[in-house]
Amino acid sequence: MLDLIEAYLGVPAPLLFGQLLLGLINGAFYAMLSLGLAVIFGLLNIINFTHGAQFMMGAFAAWMLLAMGTNNDAGLGIGYLLMFPLFWLVDAMTLKYQVSRQMRALAFGVVLLLFLPGLMVSLPGIGPLASVIATTLDLPTRIAAVLAWVFPNGLGYWAALPLCALLVGVNGVVLERVFISRLYKLDHLYGLLLTLGLGLIIEGIYRNKFGSSGLPYRIPAELQGAWDLGFMFMPIYRGWVVVAALIFCLATWLIIEKTRLGAYLRAATERAELVQAFGINVPRMITLTYGAGVALAAVAGVLAAPIYSVNPQMGSNLIIVVFAVVVIGGMGSILGSIVTGFGLGIVEGLTKVYYPEASATVIFVIMAIVLLARPAGLFGRA
Amino acid sequence: MMMNRRTLLGSLAIGATAMPRLTRAQAANTIRIGVMNDMSGTYKDNTGPGSVACARQAIEEFGAQGFNVELIFADHQNKPDVGVSLARQWYDQGVDMILDVPTSSVGLAVQNVSKEKNKVAINVGSATSDLTGAQCSPSAVHWAYDTYQLARTTGGATVAAGGDTWFFITADYAFGHALERDTGDFVKAAGGRILGAVRTPFPGTTDFASFLTQAQASRAKVIGFANAGSDTINCVKQAAEFGITRRGTKLAALLMFITDVHSIGLETGQGLVCSETFYWDLNATTRAFTRRVLPKMPNLHPNMIHAGCYSATLHYLKTVKEMGIAAAKAASGTDIVNRMKAMPTMDDAFGAGTIRPDGRKLHASYLLEVKKPSESKGPWDYYKVLGTTPANEAFRPITQGGCALVRA
Repeated sequence: MLDLIEAYLGVPAPLLFGQLLLGLINGAFYAMLSLGLAVIFGLLNIINFTHGAQFMMGAFAAWMLLAMGTNNDAGLGIGYLLMFPLFWLVDAMTLKYQVSRQMRALAFGVVLLLFLPGLMVSLPGIGPLASVIATTLDLPTRIAAVLAWVFPNGLGYWAALPLCALLVGVNGVVLERVFISRLYKLDHLYGLLLTLGLGLIIEGIYRNKFGSSGLPYRIPAELQGAWDLGFMFMPIYRGWVVVAALIFCLATWLIIEKTRLGAYLRAATERAELVQAFGINVPRMITLTYGAGVALAAVAGVLAAPIYSVNPQMGSNLIIVVFAVVVIGGMGSILGSIVTGFGLGIVEGLTKVYYPEASATVIFVIMAIVLLARPAGLFGRA
Repeated sequence: MMMNRRTLLGSLAIGATAMPRLTRAQAANTIRIGVMNDMSGTYKDNTGPGSVACARQAIEEFGAQGFNVELIFADHQNKPDVGVSLARQWYDQGVDMILDVPTSSVGLAVQNVSKEKNKVAINVGSATSDLTGAQCSPSAVHWAYDTYQLARTTGGATVAAGGDTWFFITADYAFGHALERDTGDFVKAAGGRILGAVRTPFPGTTDFASFLTQAQASRAKVIGFANAGSDTINCVKQAAEFGITRRGTKLAALLMFITDVHSIGLETGQGLVCSETFYWDLNATTRAFTRRVLPKMPNLHPNMIHAGCYSATLHYLKTVKEMGIAAAKAASGTDIVNRMKAMPTMDDAFGAGTIRPDGRKLHASYLLEVKKPSESKGPWDYYKVLGTTPANEAFRPITQGGCALVRA
């Protein structure tokens, strides 16, 4: 190890610059993920521990879209993901027409049975009927068949970026409506426990269905290859990741800080009742905010799919570091999470050169120091 | 008595894991095999349901020989404490042999339980060579592979093929260090040089780009990955991304299974060198075995652990038959394993083999290279065989392991 350190201290400066660049790329992922967390925490006061699973779902959804022409499991996965928009529709309709709680539950039940007819067999009294419905109306299987017929070659990376954000984002919306919205009046801890549990369940379902060793996802043809920068070999795809992350971060920051919608959002976090009194539908705004935060995680997942192994654990590996980034930046601070995301990526990159054993710890050391000096984080308001 | 929902659920869970109560007469005529491995975590594809399917295949092929064979399986979640309590429960409830047990820490712990209870344990899934070294047991066998054999085959043979300068990317824990040390020894013994090593935090490293560029800066001809599972997959994927293989550097994965190659894909994995003791397309008998077992497998072709579970179960059942079911049920684990060691092994997956006094199963080990997409003729046609290390050279010499059974 010593000879390595010596070699680098003598600094072939270009080599160090190469490591800085790599750090910046990792920082792009940290920034994207911590941004989503910061948006959700800042506006909902929910510590979203499902974020890692949602990042993973984004990557998996990209794989499903690509493979749905040839792999039946992939098509089925999309079929099940399409259950959530229907849930959302039912939810919106029942709210609009103010039906009774029983009717609402029934409507949800019907959607559930449409997609999971196997469940019906377990209901008492309708066994024979259930098996008939289950075989004739197996919706996910039919969706998978139609998708395979329409897209025999699947949908590639560029289609996956918006579609995965939409699919996984709507899934987040339903999670918020069904589970998370019940916890706003309670302590943070309850939200944390709920989202952590949801994350574990989602991860478990994916592992059961798709195994643990991961699935292949190739870099899109347009972004293959690399630039020889002289001091290092820079894959074009990694460059794209940095650019894309910067665009998404900047756009999110602009929307929240500079637009009328952002002003409503910020006002709603301060005084929800008052904003509601001005005739703004605060609950819906909060639901959509959660969906947008989840969509950001899904986009990060799609960006990550060609670089990292697409496996069910990919989110839980990253999420702890990302939480440290959010804490350092200041919980809920948008700018803080962007700046610290990129900054800590660079710090981690440098640690990988000088003392690699500590590269997984350095962020937590910084977190401890920052919390001692500024308990609200670098950009947080005390 | 009050019974709330939680205690009811708890007792249901216990009831589900407990075994059906059989009458005494049936139990005396039944051999029970318990497959314990990772059914839900990182090693699910490498062991998991595939191992169960292969053990089941062996039982089916063994057929009715005057006694019944019952197979049960459970998930040890890669936690030594879970594995130990499961092993105790199983042996106490009349399980005759515990099979597979991946993850070295769990494998060692379960082997200790089997030693204490003097029951048979056949480890297939763990890597550590300590199972037949310092911590060897008279009632245990280590079947498919170990760290020494991986290091010997991949390290020694790669140097012989011209890859004489190495740089290691090592997972920073006992397994990674052992693999790096053992491989390094073989590289040096074969006349190669180690130019450097970088220790990556485990778990928690997902990006290896900066380690890979450090490895490249060392100008080593071979980059050795002393890690496993998704770490190795990420390393290989990112090495391809940075064009490392395209410019002539060889990648050596020191622990890799065909199930991992499947996940990486040939486009990314081509040219990668690794070693296994079983490959489904090796010869006519391995192909025949694979054809028979595939309908039971979970969308995977068998790797060396899966095939090991088949081979081990078959040999164990043959031994029981030779001893006679009554004698085998009465015998201690040590007695049964001694009989297993006395009998040569023979099966379609590994061919002819033997078990050494220290519990090491011996068979040949293959140096493999991942094919280019253009060379692959069909699904799962992934490996080219570069070389074969014969059974008597593939594993650590029996005198060097420090196993007490050998000195005695």
